[in-house]
This record gives sequence, C-alpha cells and structure tokens, in this order.
Amino acid sequence: MNTATVIRGRGPWQLAFERLRNDRAAIACIITLLIAVLVAIGAPLLALLTGHSPIEQYSETGLSATGIPVGPGAEFWLGTDGLGRDVLVRIAYGTRISLLVGVVASGLAVLIGATVGIAAGWFGGAVDNFLSRFMDAVLSLPFLVLALALASLVGPGLGVSIFLIAFFSWASVGRVVRAEARAIRNREYVQAARAMGASNLRIMFVEMLPMVSATIIVYATLLIPAAIAFEATLSFLGLGVPPPTPTWGNMLADAMAYYKVAWWLLLFPGAALLGVTFAFNLLGDSVRDALDPRHDTTIATSAEDE
Amino acid sequence: MSEDVLVRLKDVVKEFPVKTGSGFGRHTERLQAVAGVSLDLKRGETLGLVGETGCGKSTLARCVVRLLELDGGQVIFDGHDLSDASPAALLPYRRRIQMVFQDPYGSLNPRRRVGSIIGDPFEIHAIGTAVERKHKVQDLMALVGLNPEHYNRFPNEFSGGQRQRIGIARAIALRPEFIVCDEPTSALDVSIQAQILNLLAELQAELGLTYLFIAHDLSVVRHVSDRVAVMYLGRIVEVAPSESLYDHARHPYTRALLSAIPAFDPDETREHAAVKLAGDPPSPLDPPTGCRFHPRCPRAQTRCMSEAPSLLPRHGDGPDHLAECHFPLADGETL
Repeated sequence: MNTATVIRGRGPWQLAFERLRNDRAAIACIITLLIAVLVAIGAPLLALLTGHSPIEQYSETGLSATGIPVGPGAEFWLGTDGLGRDVLVRIAYGTRISLLVGVVASGLAVLIGATVGIAAGWFGGAVDNFLSRFMDAVLSLPFLVLALALASLVGPGLGVSIFLIAFFSWASVGRVVRAEARAIRNREYVQAARAMGASNLRIMFVEMLPMVSATIIVYATLLIPAAIAFEATLSFLGLGVPPPTPTWGNMLADAMAYYKVAWWLLLFPGAALLGVTFAFNLLGDSVRDALDPRHDTTIATSAEDE
Repeated sequence: MSEDVLVRLKDVVKEFPVKTGSGFGRHTERLQAVAGVSLDLKRGETLGLVGETGCGKSTLARCVVRLLELDGGQVIFDGHDLSDASPAALLPYRRRIQMVFQDPYGSLNPRRRVGSIIGDPFEIHAIGTAVERKHKVQDLMALVGLNPEHYNRFPNEFSGGQRQRIGIARAIALRPEFIVCDEPTSALDVSIQAQILNLLAELQAELGLTYLFIAHDLSVVRHVSDRVAVMYLGRIVEVAPSESLYDHARHPYTRALLSAIPAFDPDETREHAAVKLAGDPPSPLDPPTGCRFHPRCPRAQTRCMSEAPSLLPRHGDGPDHLAECHFPLADGETL
C-alpha cells in the first residue's frame, strides 16, 4: 500500500509533456514560433522603433532616384518594396495575419471536424452514413478552384479567408476522429456511462472527447501551417486580405515584379513563411510522437543515458 | 410468489443480426443469444448466473440494465416494465440499477481522473454541489478500501483489484437497490478475487443490495450466491438455492459443470471423476432442436431431439428448484 505513494504517478498528459520537453527539435520549433508570436504582438513596437508605418510609402528615402527599391541597410533593415514601404515592418504586420488566420481557421476546422466526427462515430447508422458521405463530398471538392471562385464571388477579406480555409479543412479531421470514435463507442467505460444514464452529449464530450483529443491536437498543429500556406496562396493570387494590409502572400506577389533587382523582397517574406510553416509541421510530428504511448522516447533516452 | 420480487425477467429474448456467407450467398442470420429467459430476483438476495463463454449471460446482463434493446419478453423492476422505456423514462431507474463490469481496465476511461470517474453518477443525476460531490466521492473511496487521497490519480496508476474497487465505488455511489455484476472477478488474481467478493458481500449487508452475479466459475458463485441459475446456449437450464443446486443437481449439464470444479484437497477422493462433455457448445446461429443440450448429453434419448423440456421442479423438488430436462438425475445417480 505504501509503495503506491512513493512511486510518482504521472498522467498521460504529463507524460506527453515530458516527452516533448526532451525533444530538441520540438523545443527549437517552439522557440521559433514564440519569436513569431512576439514579432506579431510587437509589430507596432517595431514600427515605432524604425519610425516606419507598414503602409506608408517612403518615396523620398525608400526608393532610389530611379525608383528602384532600396536594399537592406541602416534606414530600412530589410529593405523596401516597389512602393518604398519598409519590408521589415510589413513582415511583422503580416505575421499577425498569418498567425491569426492559421490559428483561427484551423481552430474552427478542428472544432467542426471533431464535433461531426464524434457525432458520426457515436450515433452510427444513418447519422454516420449521412455525415460520412458529406465529409467525402467536401474532401473531393477541388478546393483551390472552388476557394478562388467563392472568394471572387463574395469579395476577398480576412473573414472570407478564414471561413474558406476552415470549410476545406474540417473534413479531414472529421474522418479521422470518426474512425477513432467508432472504435471507442463499444469500450466498456462508454457502456458504463450509458448504464449510469449519461446523455448522448455527455458521452460524446466527457467520455469520448478526451480519448480523441490526442488526434485532435496533432491535427490542429498540422492544420495551422496548411492554413497559413493556404492564406498566403489566396493573398498571392489577390483573393486573400486586400492591400494595403500587408500579408506574406501579397508581399510575395508584389515581389514578383522586382525580384530580379531586389532579392530581399522575395527572400524575407518567403523565409518567414517557410520558417513558421516548417516549425509548425515539425512540432506537429513531435506532438504526435509525444502523445503516442507506443512511442516512448522518455524511456528510450533515459535508458541510453545509463 | 408472496416474497418481495425486485426484478422479474419474463421470456427475455435478444437476437443479433449476423452476416454470413460471401458473395451472392451473403445473407443476414439472426443469432439468438438469449432465447427466452425467465427469472425472479428477490430483494436482498444474490442470484448467481453461471454458464460457459458464449452462452449469453453477459448479453442477458446487458438486457437487464437496458444497455441493449430486448427483442422479446419483459424486464420488470420493482413493478415497472422497463422493456420499452425510452431513455428519458429510464433515467430514474438508472439510479436504482447499476452495473459492475468484467474488465477493470476497460471499464474506466484512461484519460479521466479517478475522482471524476467515481463522481460521474452524481454529475449525471445532478446531485449535490461540486464540494459535496468531492466529499461523497472520498467517502466512497474509503468505503471500498481505496485511499481517498488518490482522488486525482489516473486509472493506470492503480492495480486491477484497485480498479475494480473504483468500478464498485462508482456503482454504489447513488445507493442503488440492484447491481448487476458481470464477472467482476474473472480478470483478477485469485488472491484479489476473494477481496473483491468480500467487499461485495460487505456492501450488500451494509446497503441491502440485490445482486445478479455473473460468472463462468461455479466455485466463485457458490461462495456468494443465495440462489444459482445455470445458463446454456441462451436458456436457463437449472435454477435452485445454492445448497440444493450443489448437492442435488438435476440437469446433466449442471452436473458436468460441478464435476469440473477442482478439488481443494488432492487427497480427497471424489465420488466420481470429472465428467467430460462431448464436443463444443453448438452454434447459437443453429441451435439444436428439442433440448438444446441433447447433442452433448450422455443421457439424451429420442424424445430430447424433438421435444424441448420446460423449466419445472423435478424428482419431488420444491418450487424453488427448477430444471429443464426430460430425464433429470435423481439424488445419488451419476452421469
């Protein structure tokens, strides 16, 4: 009886957290993303520090006499774009859009996907059939073509971008969650909850949701970079957040006219986009490994140390 | 029956659709897992239900607690017919009927803390405030022999026996009248089995519980039951008070089961060696005609193949000892 108090009990989340803490790649990703978040929050501070607004055109100092963008230097740390705007400040403000769209759109997608998936898995039968076919239908849509059509129909904007990205991403989450929920519904603890008189909602969200939460978290971290890239694509094609609001996507689009003389226009926004999406993807892999009880890196590494 | 009957099962039938064959021969057959079971449980008693794996005892248990819809017959609890009750109508009875599951590993959600698992019944039935619930849960943990300080632990931090105690604490939380125990000890070590059985017996004495105790092991059932019912291929073949069943088993199947209990003392000479039954239990998809036991019964005669026996007192037994056999064994008779 007393040994039980000596052995330190660790919950599944605690174990996952410890695995993650021992994963160097995950730590690097988290640091990268923290920097991105700091840049997004501190964008006005950066504007204050450089004395440049993200949308103002500095035609005197920001452009050469012949109207060519100015390269990185003391005045413009990352150079200026074709209209004489500060690339650094614009990237910082673009980070806000990218992170906002990434987090909100994938959050929305995960919310819808998890709810639909759990409902389909729990109710089964006709409900499952209907929801599953609906998810199949959404997944089979040519999303870029449809997204472009819808965006041009409604008119581009931040809200439209978020909605479009969420709409085209939730079904993949829903399908995976449904498969897991179907496996869980016949477990004895779900039967026990039913025998106690638990309602459908309670079984779905108290008993089943914690079991699929690992999948949901992994999908969320992997959906964020996809959503960021998707937003950049929409902006690049001129159907995302409309100018002059800076986004990484429309900065890259602007760069297309100048990249032969101004490499910094392509390099810095591109690097920001690549860095953040890469970090999210890598972090997603690490989170998946950390949440997978069969993939126990804490035991493996501690055994190697000894 | 003048005695206080708490639970009455009347001709309970449960079928499952089973897809058989392949290609064009593919069709759905109906597997009758429970084929007309009638049983009465008196208030405060323990009725043991034994039978081989696959005989339908767990299905029957799930029908009794209405985890499964019945395909026929009735489940009557305290005078109320629950067989067709809607989930909403069942809710008040869910408080009074509880279940302890077989697998202490599968019956607790691994992602939830023990305190919240045991507190589930209070939350579902909206009883007490959060603080009161916590106190009640800790009282329950103490009652079943768990350390109330382990409230915030996860199920994986407990042993099998402790987990079964958690399952029992959850079952008795609402002070139910009737608990269905579905092989609560079969997944546990023998030394732990006795602890759990004793705990169940103590709780019964303390709380006045009625148990339907399911097991595939007659020696466990003998220990705890006032009466024992023997199930074979979806039917009750014999039901009797424990002593009467163990000393005067009438049905050849009961005799065969009893003879399979190992002797405690190896020197003890048995009256007769273990009876070996021929063959495996037949498929419930295609149950034998007449008496369901006849293909394996050493006493079977032609009548057994065509005519199904009914559950009646045999050889001058009282109305509480019933056997479903045309040629029941008399006292002293051997198989």
